[in-house]
Amino acid sequence: MLCMLCKQNEAKVHLTQIVQDKVQKVDLCEDCAKTKGVNDPAGFSLADLLLGLGAAKEIEETNAGEELKCPNCGFTQADFKKAGRLGCSECYETFAEPLDSLLKSMHKGPRHVGKAPQALAQSRDLTERLRILQKKLEKSITQEDFEMAAHLRDEIKATKDRLNQVTTTP
Amino acid sequence: MDVTQYLISPAEATRRSGPHDKIVMSSRVRLARNIKGLSFPGWAKKAERVRALETVRPAVETLPQMGGTPFSDSMDNLTAIDKQILVERHLISREHAAKTAGSGLVISKDESLCVMINEEDHLRMQALRPGLQMKQAWLAIDQVDSELERRLEYAFNSELGYLTACPTNLGTGIRVSAMLHLPGLVLSEHINQIIQSVNKLGLAVRGLYGEGTEALGNVFQVSNQMTLGESETDIVERLNKVLLQIIEHEENARVMLLEKKPKMVFNHIGRAYGILANAHSISSKETMNLLSLMRLGVDLELFPGVERSLVDELFIITQPAHLQKTFSEKLAAEERDVLRADMLRERLRTVHRPNPKLPPSLDKNSSQ
Repeated sequence: MLCMLCKQNEAKVHLTQIVQDKVQKVDLCEDCAKTKGVNDPAGFSLADLLLGLGAAKEIEETNAGEELKCPNCGFTQADFKKAGRLGCSECYETFAEPLDSLLKSMHKGPRHVGKAPQALAQSRDLTERLRILQKKLEKSITQEDFEMAAHLRDEIKATKDRLNQVTTTP
Repeated sequence: MDVTQYLISPAEATRRSGPHDKIVMSSRVRLARNIKGLSFPGWAKKAERVRALETVRPAVETLPQMGGTPFSDSMDNLTAIDKQILVERHLISREHAAKTAGSGLVISKDESLCVMINEEDHLRMQALRPGLQMKQAWLAIDQVDSELERRLEYAFNSELGYLTACPTNLGTGIRVSAMLHLPGLVLSEHINQIIQSVNKLGLAVRGLYGEGTEALGNVFQVSNQMTLGESETDIVERLNKVLLQIIEHEENARVMLLEKKPKMVFNHIGRAYGILANAHSISSKETMNLLSLMRLGVDLELFPGVERSLVDELFIITQPAHLQKTFSEKLAAEERDVLRADMLRERLRTVHRPNPKLPPSLDKNSSQ
């Protein structure tokens, strides 16, 4: 985990504070902790640091003068400063640049690792393929081409197995 | 539909068992998902939230994993008491309990799956298991998610993963958590050390009802915090390892306490029993803290013949909304305290006072 402020050094100081029923966490390197006076917990508000420096301020800095606004949902950087939440999935495009360093400090890595909804596209293709094979099978049976029918039957089975695989294991 | 009619009774629910359930009360894996293009619930106008609910709810209700007859309703059809009961059962978050029209809830018949619709994200789906069963819970919710992704178009980005309202959930959108009963570590005053080292591993420790709540009844929730840059299976694996270590520390703490300070332990448990079985007015907070000690007493075999499930059941049914539900008229807090004490005395009537089998060394001391 990197320091939330300088984003260069490993975070060594981890703080948790409850502000109005919300737990807030800050992770800093030793240098930043010292300069921010984190040693004095009374005079230090995590909320300010977290929202003030972590996100909203950066959004402002990267877009001096002009306010970013999501074309899909109308969400602005001021809204983000207020809510700490984004407006819609498109906001991640709109605010991509300013969010980048925030995400780096917040998470293990900057890129998604793990599950992805591939089943959707794959199963759509396989289902379509299955439909065509079924039609061919019906045709070959009416034409009494049983060699072709047997071949198609095998192919249908294989396709069904793959479809099952796709839908049960992502 | 009255949700409490649908739910499994606390007596039955607490009899379910799982690995390490002496210490791990339950395992939970939650995934956050959103629908592409729609505003997140916190930003969407009411009409848009209602539309999202109307798209998502049928897709969830008809999941084969829901087993055909799930409970499903819009949050505005639930009374405040029923919502609070769902919170006390850990089926929904306190945030979701505050929702009304435009938010919904689907719970499978066996309560192992629970999907909150339009909480902070369009979908917050969770799989629950008794005891330590992280992998099983993950596999269950993974299946639900794979089925749902064929029915709904998720907001997903190959770079950032599943897109969530709060950047803290981005990526996998997963929260893996366990509810732990740690009276040994609390009594031996090692709990803060444990919390600190768990925090250092990038995991969060929270109270009984999650974010921003206190650890009533020595119950703690441990969960992952980071969701981007680490795969689901790695996160599950890592948390599982840490949980096994916490279990070991709790077990050691109990052994050490009995060896070094048995009188302190028996004193706590004996007093807890004394108050619970004899009080005529008792708050819900005090009840939880004392029931925790009694649960420890059951684990240490100080209450022969008493099942842990009795204590766990009392833990649920003495909470404010559960208590209120059993009485038709609205109760003030003081009235609830009296009725809670009545209930506890009645249920503990047949439970004998704790009978510590003293180790030989201590027996000698006491006979001097």
